[in-house]
Amino acid sequence: MEHYNMNLTLKVWRQQNTRTAGRFETYKVSEVSSEMSFLEMIDVLNERLTSEGKEPIAFDHDCREGICGSCAMYINGRPHGPWHANTTCQLHMRAYKDGDTIVVEPWRANAFPVIKDLMVDRSAFDRIVQAGGYISVNTGNAVDANAVAVEKEKADESFANAMCIACGACVAACKNSSAMLFMSAKVAHLSLLPQGAPERNTRVVNMVAQMDKEGFGSCTFQGACESVCPKEIKITSIARLHGEYLSAGLTSNK
Amino acid sequence: MKWSEFFTSSVGKKFVMGFTGLFLISFLVIHVGLNACIWANDNGVMFNKAAHFMGSMVVIRIMEVGLLAGIFLHAIQGLVLTAQNYKRRSVGYAVPMGNTGSPWYSRWMGLLGTLILLFLILHWYNFWIPSRFTGVEEVFIDNKPYDNLYGLMLLTFSNWWVVIVYVLGCISLAYHLMQGFHAAFKSLGFHNRKYLVVIRNVGNVFSIVVSGAFAMMPISMKLGWVS
Amino acid sequence: MLNSKIPPGALENKWNDYKGHVKLVNPSNKRNIEIIIVGTGLAGASAASSLGELGYKVKAFCFQDSPRRAHSIAAQGGINAAKNYQNDGDSVFRLFYDTVKGGDYRAREANVHRLAEVSVSIIDQCVAQGVPFAREYGGLLSNRSFGGTQVQRTFYAAGQTGQQLLIGAYQSLERQVALGNVEMYARHEMLDIVKIDGKARGIIARNLVTGKLERHFGHAVLLCSGGYGNVFYLSTNALGSNVTASWKAHKQGALFGNPCFTQIHPTCIPVSGDHQSKLTLMSESLRNDGRIWVPLKPNDTRKAADIPEDERDYYLERRYPAFGNLVPRDVASRAAKERCDAGYGVGNSKQAVYLDFASSIQRYGQAEVSKRGLSNIDHAGVMALGEEVVKEKYGNLFDMYQKITGENPYETAMRIYPAVHYTMGGLWVDYELMTTVPGLYALGEANFSDHGANRLGASALMQGLADGYFVIPYTVGNYLADQLAVKSIPVDHPAFLQAEKEVSDRINRLMSIQGKQTAESFHKRLGKIMWNKCGMARSEEGLKEAIEEIRALKKEFWSDLRIPGIVEEMNPELDKANRVADFIELGELMCIDALDRNESCGGHFREESQTEEGEAKRDDQDFAYVSAWEFKGEHNWELHKEPLEFEVAKPSQRSYK
Repeated sequence: MEHYNMNLTLKVWRQQNTRTAGRFETYKVSEVSSEMSFLEMIDVLNERLTSEGKEPIAFDHDCREGICGSCAMYINGRPHGPWHANTTCQLHMRAYKDGDTIVVEPWRANAFPVIKDLMVDRSAFDRIVQAGGYISVNTGNAVDANAVAVEKEKADESFANAMCIACGACVAACKNSSAMLFMSAKVAHLSLLPQGAPERNTRVVNMVAQMDKEGFGSCTFQGACESVCPKEIKITSIARLHGEYLSAGLTSNK
Repeated sequence: MKWSEFFTSSVGKKFVMGFTGLFLISFLVIHVGLNACIWANDNGVMFNKAAHFMGSMVVIRIMEVGLLAGIFLHAIQGLVLTAQNYKRRSVGYAVPMGNTGSPWYSRWMGLLGTLILLFLILHWYNFWIPSRFTGVEEVFIDNKPYDNLYGLMLLTFSNWWVVIVYVLGCISLAYHLMQGFHAAFKSLGFHNRKYLVVIRNVGNVFSIVVSGAFAMMPISMKLGWVS
Repeated sequence: MLNSKIPPGALENKWNDYKGHVKLVNPSNKRNIEIIIVGTGLAGASAASSLGELGYKVKAFCFQDSPRRAHSIAAQGGINAAKNYQNDGDSVFRLFYDTVKGGDYRAREANVHRLAEVSVSIIDQCVAQGVPFAREYGGLLSNRSFGGTQVQRTFYAAGQTGQQLLIGAYQSLERQVALGNVEMYARHEMLDIVKIDGKARGIIARNLVTGKLERHFGHAVLLCSGGYGNVFYLSTNALGSNVTASWKAHKQGALFGNPCFTQIHPTCIPVSGDHQSKLTLMSESLRNDGRIWVPLKPNDTRKAADIPEDERDYYLERRYPAFGNLVPRDVASRAAKERCDAGYGVGNSKQAVYLDFASSIQRYGQAEVSKRGLSNIDHAGVMALGEEVVKEKYGNLFDMYQKITGENPYETAMRIYPAVHYTMGGLWVDYELMTTVPGLYALGEANFSDHGANRLGASALMQGLADGYFVIPYTVGNYLADQLAVKSIPVDHPAFLQAEKEVSDRINRLMSIQGKQTAESFHKRLGKIMWNKCGMARSEEGLKEAIEEIRALKKEFWSDLRIPGIVEEMNPELDKANRVADFIELGELMCIDALDRNESCGGHFREESQTEEGEAKRDDQDFAYVSAWEFKGEHNWELHKEPLEFEVAKPSQRSYK
């Protein structure tokens, strides 16, 4: 791959904390290498700001290999930037050319309040999992791992859903700020396995109730979430969740 | 799970939307089939008879109440949901996603629905209120009196602006259906990918054919394609 | 001073006997006992959920925004367990033996045997939690093989095994949070241990959002804070991974075991420039099908594809005909470095070797041709068929390579180079995983115990979960049973106030330096010193230089650091400076340890101790011990030795020729 350098204009959302209002700041960054990752480009800018005694841009990041789900930037009108099935940390600067202007915003959703700059509070996801995103088995309770055979197709589909990294891009992309793709991935992961069957009904009911409480919107099946999901979770999982919810709601005795 | 919990949850609300949506779609099938009788080219005899037949059946009269309830439930719930969902993001994006993740009409279902509702009000004023309440001029077929709805249509659609509003209403309906048809099935829990492909395609064809047929009715009358 | 508390009796009975005689805490007493857990990776999350289930009051801390993001999530390959589902001769003993041998005889036999024993329960537990391991068409679990073993005992979930295991543990943890047994403190960083009467009784933590310091009491404190590979600046660790929790414990009296034992993983994407912030691993499994080579001519600038077969040096196959490309990680890494240092490296930096799939693609392609009974198919057609097979096996790794480098690995050979991956060293712990500070435990990568001088692939996940699910629930009770009389100590106790003041003073000192250089720039410089002089090859001369350089760097750090912003608010630069300050001190100790250990073993290669052919030469006579370092004051450590006795797995020189 041919390597090249570029000069860019960045418009970055800066916000001191949750209580204060934010604004865009414009930065010029020069001599950006096409081999840098997007976050490394921000690192370089941050080093400059720090040595000038200014506060660097705060953003969540950790593993930088697309699996921890920390990084969360809305870049030029798309969560995680222009590449398909990608996280912000894996976006590389060869996606841009000299002279480009890049607008960087935090995830926008009332359920994800901005903590600082590009960092948002996604603890609502943890609370949704607390509501039922698990299989209740204490350590030591388990039978032999091969005691229950699981149809390969179902196991694979369960895994495809379990790949969710809880980055929140689905919420950021959704017109309704719905967390349904995230939640349905968890419901599908667990309900496709025989181990998850006993709690199937209570799980979906409680998780939906928690999602509503957290202030996420409902799903209107537009597919924006699916189009930006770094792990390519399918919107059909949401349809599956609807089915699970209906059967739970309509068959309960109370 | 109590009924109240079910119907006030976000998924329960979507269930109502999907269920009423499919119910309204099923009505559209009857409506378009009945109205297609105008193309029998028999000066509206078949159409007026069919309309009379429908209007005089008790079952249909009861269903009509259900239909109205369905429309209002669908409309009110839809508007409430749209407003609620809109409020989930107080600070918007400087650069919106636009059509890169979803077709435009899927994001404007609330607006399309509102346009359809406005159109419906005109439509009721034009046809339903006269036929149910204020009365329609009669016509004799085989020495029996029938409401001359066909004549009312001819009269109504002699006006260009009415024709245009009806065509616009049908376009709104087409886009609303293109999103609503498959989304309704998903809201009811259909998740088999193989069948969803079929549903999506059937939905698209249905949306265009049904809305197109409706749109052709005022056009046909205005341009004198029926006699 | 060092009492490893290894239970008496035959090796295979030790753990059972221990469990049969260990003291217990009854359920009503458990409700009154508080346990602090720092870190929520595999070890921390599994410990928190298991202890919460038992009824203890648990407080768990992590610096990430959610416990699910701990770096265990990035583990790719798999998890070992002696299930013998493949009927290929595996057993608890074999897993134990492979691990001790793979660790080059520098691990404690009793701990490793226990690890092998509980490995089977881990798989059961994870499956019950809903971890979607790969399965065969019959619906039963699938296995694959990994480096250093001759059986198939690795369970996996595509290239995301760590993620799936962590999500399982995380879900159990969140369930305990919902039940009120665990209180979760995300975006919190532990900055000191609080000791009362010589026992660990709590921690001081910084709330990373508000910047406020908090005091938390616990009858016991469990450190599950992972490894310290980031001392090298560039590593496969997450950017936030740090040594701070372990280091604070060390300075409070916990001995540090084998700090110089570092694993350098042979197959990582090479550094592309000075801007690089981290290195990305390409799973060990790629070496099953890829061939590693460099050009025969030094400084060859031709493209890989333009270099004919007879001008290539498949140096692993040449040097180690028996194991070829599948030699253990330490051996493969050193061989790559040797070729690059000799001038045969490839790519712009010349610090890379080729990992080539062309012959595998062709081989798989031809197999497909005969399998499908095709005829009249040209070379391109064969290669296309082969690519499909390779894509199915390694697709996500190839995609990742392409995203990072912009090169298509199906068409051109991948460039790889070794990178820091894991640290076998860590806090010294006894058989019960307790450090030398009573009531302070270390689990998972944070302790030193199970991998000796080199860790085998797919063993880190096994150890983290073993410690958290199946070891600590027993061993912590043995200590807590004697602590029932201790009521919860209020956090306005003088020891807490004093500890908080010390942390606060240090933060204020850092903030008040107001120099010119950033924490990041110091970290980079530390990393370069460590990599060049305490990396893949270490020499007396280099290590001595490194120690001096690190001391000078420390002085410079404390006089020219610049941190913008204020203390009582979110301040990522301050957090970074706190961590870098500890890395600098750790770096010095690592060099001191490497200097002391004048032998080559596992990942630790002393240039003075090699065979005539340049292979690592172990010295069991003088160095069959664990180095446990006691902090005595600035630049001052005392070495304690825990002799290693091998009653069952008798040491022998490793050979892969």
